[in-house]
Amino acid sequence: MTREEALFQFLLRMGDNTLVLGQRVSEWCGHAPVLEEDIALANTALDLIGQTQMWLNLAGEVEGKGRDADKLAFLRDVWDFRNLLLVELPNGDFGRTMMRQFLFDAWQSVLLGRLTNSAEPRVAEIAEKAGKEVAYHVERSSGTVVGLGDGTEESHARMQAALDYLWPYVGEMFASDAVDEEMARAGIAPDPAGLREEYDALVGRVLGEATLSIPEGGFFHKGGKDGARHTEHLGHMLTEMQWLQRAYPGASW
Amino acid sequence: MSRPSVEQVWQWLDAVPDPEIPVLSLVDLGIIRDVAWAEDTLQVTVTPTYSGCPATTVINLEIEAALRARGVEKLELRRQLSPAWTTDWLSQKGRQRLEEYGIAPPQPSGAPARCPRCGSEQLEKISQFGSTPCKAQWRCQSCLEPFEHFKCI
Ligand SMILES: [Zn+2]
Repeated sequence: MTREEALFQFLLRMGDNTLVLGQRVSEWCGHAPVLEEDIALANTALDLIGQTQMWLNLAGEVEGKGRDADKLAFLRDVWDFRNLLLVELPNGDFGRTMMRQFLFDAWQSVLLGRLTNSAEPRVAEIAEKAGKEVAYHVERSSGTVVGLGDGTEESHARMQAALDYLWPYVGEMFASDAVDEEMARAGIAPDPAGLREEYDALVGRVLGEATLSIPEGGFFHKGGKDGARHTEHLGHMLTEMQWLQRAYPGASW
Repeated sequence: MSRPSVEQVWQWLDAVPDPEIPVLSLVDLGIIRDVAWAEDTLQVTVTPTYSGCPATTVINLEIEAALRARGVEKLELRRQLSPAWTTDWLSQKGRQRLEEYGIAPPQPSGAPARCPRCGSEQLEKISQFGSTPCKAQWRCQSCLEPFEHFKCI
């Protein structure tokens, strides 16, 4: 794998994470438990889609085959997506959606902080821009996780169930492969395993305050970031997200 | 036409309203990062407020329309991501207009200083997000009115 090929894959991972999560979160639009949360979720989704445009446009530029963010988002099939399994999981209840958001925001905030020092300036400037938005996201999602975790008996039980369900999808964030090794060697992105300590400290503090317990055991699901084995859910999501371009190829406004 | 000066172009841009908060000009908002001539082409460098802000496209159209109406023929709009936009770049005039408009201007503390309607400092946060990516929702505990706070980033 050349450096350019690895960089392309790395950028797809960044952009596909924000794309798939942005699409998932936008499914809440008009359905959230209260108006303020509805607006907050829609705004979070909007930030994520905006970040997607930056990552995937750069991916297309690096690839050099004339694909832009739209083409990459709408004209790839499920096996070409490189997002973490965590972000493609269905929303579940509001508690599970917010727990997933927090687990992702925490990771993204740690990662983007490191990427601002990337040896690739185009990566560093996107990280700087996105990092400001994500700092705001993690503030909100951690506050909600604490509020619901340390809330009523019902909300606590739902948040603990959400954490039990989602935790086995966290490990994939820190697993390295050939793409990551090449990015680390080039100084473009940190070795994913090196983010774990900071992540665990942040997540541990918030979950502790939320009176929630992290499940034991080191097992984790993988297969999203290398596209080897997505869950059955991603394909269903894409049929909806990509429907227009599939039905009317090249449609624009 | 004779080539307008860079100062003149800044003045023209200061008359272009932000599409979502029309009391602010694009210059007040701090998103115009540079105006320069490269031979006979006018280069205007713009930075987005939020990466997914839907107003970005409209803003570029408005800049183009305003400058074309003034006779600028060769125009290049450049996008600059770094340094990332910060609310520190909001002009003093812009901050004052925001408050008069009923939107609390951004504060370094991250919380509004006072209610833009009655001036009370007894405030509570309703939501970290508002009707646009750049705003949060607050409520005044004195006059009980909700209001928007320009998020500080
Ligand atoms: Zn008031």
